[in-house]
Amino acid sequence: MIDKQNASPAAAVADIFDGATVMVGGFGEAGSPIELIHALIDQGAGNLTVINNNTGSGHVGLAALIENKQVGKMICSFPRTANSTVFPDLYRAGEIELELVPQGTLAERIRAGGAGIPAFYTATTVGTPLAEGKETRCFDGRDYVMEVGLKADFALIKCSKADRYGNLVYSKTARNFSPVMATAAAITIAQAGAVVEAGALDPEVIITPGIFVDRLVEIFDPEQESRLVAAGRSYP
Amino acid sequence: MTGKTSGWSRDEMAQRAALDIPDGAYVNLGIGIPEQVAKFVPADREVIYHSENGLLGMGPAPAAGHEDPDLINAGKKQVTAIPGAAFFHHADSFVMIRGHHIDICVLGTMQVAENGDLANWSTGAPDAIPAVGGAMDLVAGVETIYVITQHCTRTGEPKLVDACSYPLTGQGVVNRIYTDLAVIDVTAEGFEVVELAPGISFDYVQEHTGARLIRCN
Repeated sequence: MIDKQNASPAAAVADIFDGATVMVGGFGEAGSPIELIHALIDQGAGNLTVINNNTGSGHVGLAALIENKQVGKMICSFPRTANSTVFPDLYRAGEIELELVPQGTLAERIRAGGAGIPAFYTATTVGTPLAEGKETRCFDGRDYVMEVGLKADFALIKCSKADRYGNLVYSKTARNFSPVMATAAAITIAQAGAVVEAGALDPEVIITPGIFVDRLVEIFDPEQESRLVAAGRSYP
Repeated sequence: MTGKTSGWSRDEMAQRAALDIPDGAYVNLGIGIPEQVAKFVPADREVIYHSENGLLGMGPAPAAGHEDPDLINAGKKQVTAIPGAAFFHHADSFVMIRGHHIDICVLGTMQVAENGDLANWSTGAPDAIPAVGGAMDLVAGVETIYVITQHCTRTGEPKLVDACSYPLTGQGVVNRIYTDLAVIDVTAEGFEVVELAPGISFDYVQEHTGARLIRCN
């Protein structure tokens, strides 16, 4: 019988190893799998390469993982956040590496990684500093930059509902990067607001088919990053 | 800016740009003054707003008590979804952009050059934390790029220049610029002034521009 449920976030992230590449879903706080990230802080794996659009806010979630010195490199499009100095301080001190990737190129690199496509060409960044050192090629009279696909050892994502096969549905714009990240990681771990019986989700509305999901954790009432930040909370 | 007698306010700049958004357009609005454009699109036009984090059919800010942290725009502000809106993941969202499906994008800027080069993501300062977001994808993938900006920086430096000194966001991508002083098209010959704000002369705009301006016939 297939049942991808894990008893706890701690059990779900237990085998994330030092030096692993970890995709983390979310755009700002929307879709951020905060309980899984906090479990990874408790677990303590270090020298991680983390792929997310941003670098978290305040001193919780992704910002706390970075603050806890577990991240050696961030791959993201927008590492500045109005209410966090965690990443900028470490970056200026030379203690964390940054690979800056335009947002759409980041999404497509992840999609390509999950689709078994090693590289693709895009017009994004042509003529800008972010194209330096990259192969360019002309198609139909227009220049394009080659970008390589991105894969990960683990993806940590959040959804609104899952069934025990790992079929997922999301909530509004909290979907963002999670469906593509689920395809691009060797082990995809999803926290779900509810885990329901197989058949309880309409097959017509499933966004992430269960083949892309390895582990589920039910988090009925997840923490909301902005509320924690407003309350001045930090983790651990 | 001595000698300035009038000109357009931020809202008036947004209002002027809104007149150029046609009925039925799919439009992406950048953060800042561009966001204000939606308020001023004439009521007889139906325009669908795209937010690159995964929403087509973005509505205005929610009423107090109806905020939803799962429903935000690209600036991470809480918004609403109109009836008929659609949600999608990031790769699909940038298929809409990279695949030329979005008709118009309205952006802010640091500099625009007379050949349409845009610089709006970094000053290149050594201590700056570089951040690009979706700006490079938008200018590479959207056919019509409008820029709304103050004509000069806070310190009075021209933002419309002969060549950008800041790192580029894209090459030759800007079509039209709305400033507090004028509406200016980027043409093969350079910046062409198509409309002056009330009380503003062509010569005044030229004095505050770092490139040669062309008078519109």
